[in-house]
Amino acid sequence: MAVFEYAPAPESRAIVAIASHYGLFIGGEFVEAEDGHPFKTVNPATEEVLAEVTAAGPRDVDRAVRAARAAQEKVWGPMPAQDRAKYLYRIARIVQERSRELAVLESLDNGKPIRESRDVDLPLAAAWFFHYAGWADKLPYAGLGPDPRPLGVAGQVIPWNFPLLMLAWKIAPALACGNTVVLKPAETTPLTALAFADICRQAGLPAGVVNIVTGAGETGAALVSHDGVDKVAFTGSTEVGRQIAQTLAGTRKRLTLELGGKAANIVFDDAPLDQAVEGIVNGIFFNQGHVCCAGSRLLVQESIHDEVLDRLKQRMTTLRVGDPLDKNTDIGAINSPAQLAKIAELSEAGQAEGAERWSAPCELPQQGYWFPPTLFTGVTQAHRIAREEIFGPVLSVLTFRTPAEAVDKANNTPYGLSAGVWTEKGSRILWTAERLRAGVVWANTFNKFDPASPFGGYKESGYGREGGRQGLEAYLAH
Amino acid sequence: MTGDALADVAASAASLRRFLHGLPGVDQVGAEERAARLATRSIKAAAKRFALDLATAMIDLTTLEGQDTPGKVRALCAKARRPDPSDPATPAVAAVCVYPDLVSTARQALAGSGVRVASVATAFPSGRAVRAVKIADVEYAVGQGADEVDMVIDRGAFLSGDYLAVHDEIVAVRQACGEAHLKVILETGELATYDNVRRASWLAMLAGADFIKTSTGKVQPAATLPVTLVMLEAVRDFRAATGRQVGVKPAGGIRSAKDALRYLVIVNETAGEDWLSPQWFRFGASSLLGDLLMQRQKLTTGHYAGHDYVTEG
Amino acid sequence: MPTDSRSERVEVRKTYKLYIGGAFPRSESGRTYEVSDSGGQFLANAALASRKDARDAVVAAHKAWPGWTARTAYNRGQVLYRVAEMLEGRSGQFAAEVMAAEGASRARADAQVSAAIDRWVWYAGWTDKLAQVHGSSNPVAGPYFDFSVPEPTGVVAAIAPRASSLLGLVSMVAPILAAGNTCVVLAAAGRPLPAITLAEVLATSDLPGGVVNLLTGQASEVAPWLASHLDVQGLDLTGVDDPTLAVALERAAAGNLKRVLLPEPEADWAADPGLTRMRAFLETKTVWHPVGI
Repeated sequence: MAVFEYAPAPESRAIVAIASHYGLFIGGEFVEAEDGHPFKTVNPATEEVLAEVTAAGPRDVDRAVRAARAAQEKVWGPMPAQDRAKYLYRIARIVQERSRELAVLESLDNGKPIRESRDVDLPLAAAWFFHYAGWADKLPYAGLGPDPRPLGVAGQVIPWNFPLLMLAWKIAPALACGNTVVLKPAETTPLTALAFADICRQAGLPAGVVNIVTGAGETGAALVSHDGVDKVAFTGSTEVGRQIAQTLAGTRKRLTLELGGKAANIVFDDAPLDQAVEGIVNGIFFNQGHVCCAGSRLLVQESIHDEVLDRLKQRMTTLRVGDPLDKNTDIGAINSPAQLAKIAELSEAGQAEGAERWSAPCELPQQGYWFPPTLFTGVTQAHRIAREEIFGPVLSVLTFRTPAEAVDKANNTPYGLSAGVWTEKGSRILWTAERLRAGVVWANTFNKFDPASPFGGYKESGYGREGGRQGLEAYLAH
Repeated sequence: MTGDALADVAASAASLRRFLHGLPGVDQVGAEERAARLATRSIKAAAKRFALDLATAMIDLTTLEGQDTPGKVRALCAKARRPDPSDPATPAVAAVCVYPDLVSTARQALAGSGVRVASVATAFPSGRAVRAVKIADVEYAVGQGADEVDMVIDRGAFLSGDYLAVHDEIVAVRQACGEAHLKVILETGELATYDNVRRASWLAMLAGADFIKTSTGKVQPAATLPVTLVMLEAVRDFRAATGRQVGVKPAGGIRSAKDALRYLVIVNETAGEDWLSPQWFRFGASSLLGDLLMQRQKLTTGHYAGHDYVTEG
Repeated sequence: MPTDSRSERVEVRKTYKLYIGGAFPRSESGRTYEVSDSGGQFLANAALASRKDARDAVVAAHKAWPGWTARTAYNRGQVLYRVAEMLEGRSGQFAAEVMAAEGASRARADAQVSAAIDRWVWYAGWTDKLAQVHGSSNPVAGPYFDFSVPEPTGVVAAIAPRASSLLGLVSMVAPILAAGNTCVVLAAAGRPLPAITLAEVLATSDLPGGVVNLLTGQASEVAPWLASHLDVQGLDLTGVDDPTLAVALERAAAGNLKRVLLPEPEADWAADPGLTRMRAFLETKTVWHPVGI
């Protein structure tokens, strides 16, 4: 037994009230599906059923799109920009006020630790609304012309890894630019989107400006292919993103995609070592590794490989895996049995292909979906675990000798979302950043996000940017 | 790698400088973020009771004022041996820390208690005096019966790059200490950068320090969580390199039990549980003890404590 | 303030003081002057600021500057938005004061107050966008990463316009703050009360003391001391309607090359303000760094 056990420190669930059943949020109210069907959402840490929600059928999606269109043409489009701003400010403030409740709900439905939903997801979600509220009445200054116009109705499909935050990334800029939205949250994480519908009610947001249609792949497909949608925004897997791009070909619908990644985290021999180890850990174990921009490939300079691995393994032994609602948990549950199976399968492949597997010793709970923080050494670019996105707490470790070799290996992938660079030398940071084919480069840090900072990928990690002035472009006509 | 491997490092000013400047850098933002994240740990129930007791037992109860008198020191010592008269199960503190001319008063007042006597020395707090005066200061304190000596490094020499002078002075003080344990105060507030703190930590350990200590408490900022984090990383790495374990003492500005528990978490998750004892970790503090006692009382009684229910020193 | 004719209740009248360093002191000179409404009726005594009050205000603004600029742009935006929340809550009180000061009808006063609040909200949303609109990375012809960022000028002394006692005041102060500066504001002598009520709003929002300091008094007496003060970096002459005084102030400002915004006492405050007022008190810092292994 350890000398200093922290004792359970559970965040109370009492703050959140989950209904037993949810309909669809269309035209400003919750309605029952016409041609949908119910399904359940589960707490991945305990396998407990949290609520019954509704998968929207094609007719429901149609209703939602028509409600969004009516609201856009009659109310939201004609509304003075400063009034749109004020609604968004209200939403931002209410998200701030209800932060604790939303954080608990997010951890219950997603499995991520409460510390992260409380300290990362919620503050960023509120900040995203706050930032874009301020753009609503400043669009002539965005560098997109003197009077930029909205596109109309946006169909938005978001993933399960940062449910509320991804909702904020989509809805805030869309509304700021004068569009209305129909948003489909991921099938395993609908609850914070449904709570957001209640926030829209509290803010007095006019009916139909935001519509939430829960469901799975079919609902998403119906939404993105609907004729009444002018603009599609999708965050999710590259595979589905490709399908959407194919579906939209010839329709002239605008499209932005934020897809998968296999980011290289490059550690040079003069890196600030302790902080680099933190950056590696944060890069792959933050959010259980369910991050498109995760630093899933460690590219460590060969001369310091052993020292870095020693420190990294030692650091990993202090990671706490367990109850997401425990304030001391660092790594929560894997979001679903499907995802757990994928992580396990790729890990088996890693071993089968000859890489050496090491996991931090930890006790995993009996119920729920769990995977220990794991790393593979002796990985090369030829291994599957160096090429395919695992989307879990699994790090592949490769080495390099020179800066040029590091860049070549980092770029040797169809993905191009993010990368990390660790060195004390400023010019090398800039030289490396200049050559990396990635939309986001973190130098001496990792996994940092801000509504003022544009985020998005190169190559098969997608196109379009979210955040900042650049993030407005996706939602304006030009 | 053993202590011998590093024996040549201080052979010359040039080699010492090369070694210290060859240590990995510290990224300020990264270090501060790590410390801040560790500060979010929530310590409850039995863990909290354990930590409060441990923190109490780690205190070097300190009075270092121009206006100190034997009476003041005796009162402090009484509190040190029995911090909470209403609860005899409260652990005694680790040590009492005073100026050299009050060491014998403290020794008498602490006789038979197990609480150690620590004395500052070497022209504390500024360290601005000639070597012979500083050594005489140490020899006097040790002669008066101090179990531990808290010296200050020559920050002027350090900041002007004369690492060898700083090193040699610590070696001389260590020798003058004899059986007494030596804590080396880096005065991190004056060193200004984390890189300097890392270098000064290694410098002190190479020169034979038993403990490295953040501050005199007379300069702001004194102890902080990130500075202590960097020093704990240094002692961890030093033990890995040489096999020798060195202690860490943050001092100054640690006033609340909540702060103290945060330091214990950082010790636990950085250097590790080998450092979780008064032998290897101390708090240089005075008012901290009062808050620890109030938190202890709250755990026992179930309601918030008041200042009238806790002894003032 | 006019008494409520529907009741016999004797009101508790507000004392109007200066706002310096987050506190409400009287003038160190002990002087006051009478403020009347548009019909000549007595409204209140206001503090008559002296050069020493101006000096103290500059000290406060200077002291508050490092803390204000060290905050993130997002945080400054949040603070300014909170001010708007407080303004909204007090809109009735402001409308009454504008009616009394300017002789405006209830409808016109309400419209001015609403416009002032909306304008404040507009500026609050600029703090974390200025760098993207005014900053740049610059494609220099060499292996360097070269970027330019806007930074606040420093302490700005501002003379408020008489014509629009609230909207004009807000339109002058909000951009100075949105750009990250601290300020010393001299309210219009004849219509100072809305300005002092604004100071009360600032004091109860999260704005740190000293970021805004408010003086009431005569421009001819106080402004020259602000214009020549070497710890003041910017001078906003918007409300100066005496041309001779304006020239003298501009000349005095040249002593430490203050950034000067010229008088515009009859500006159309309802018009879209654009970025001019923020740009007036922003510097540009350009940084070069080599790119290489």
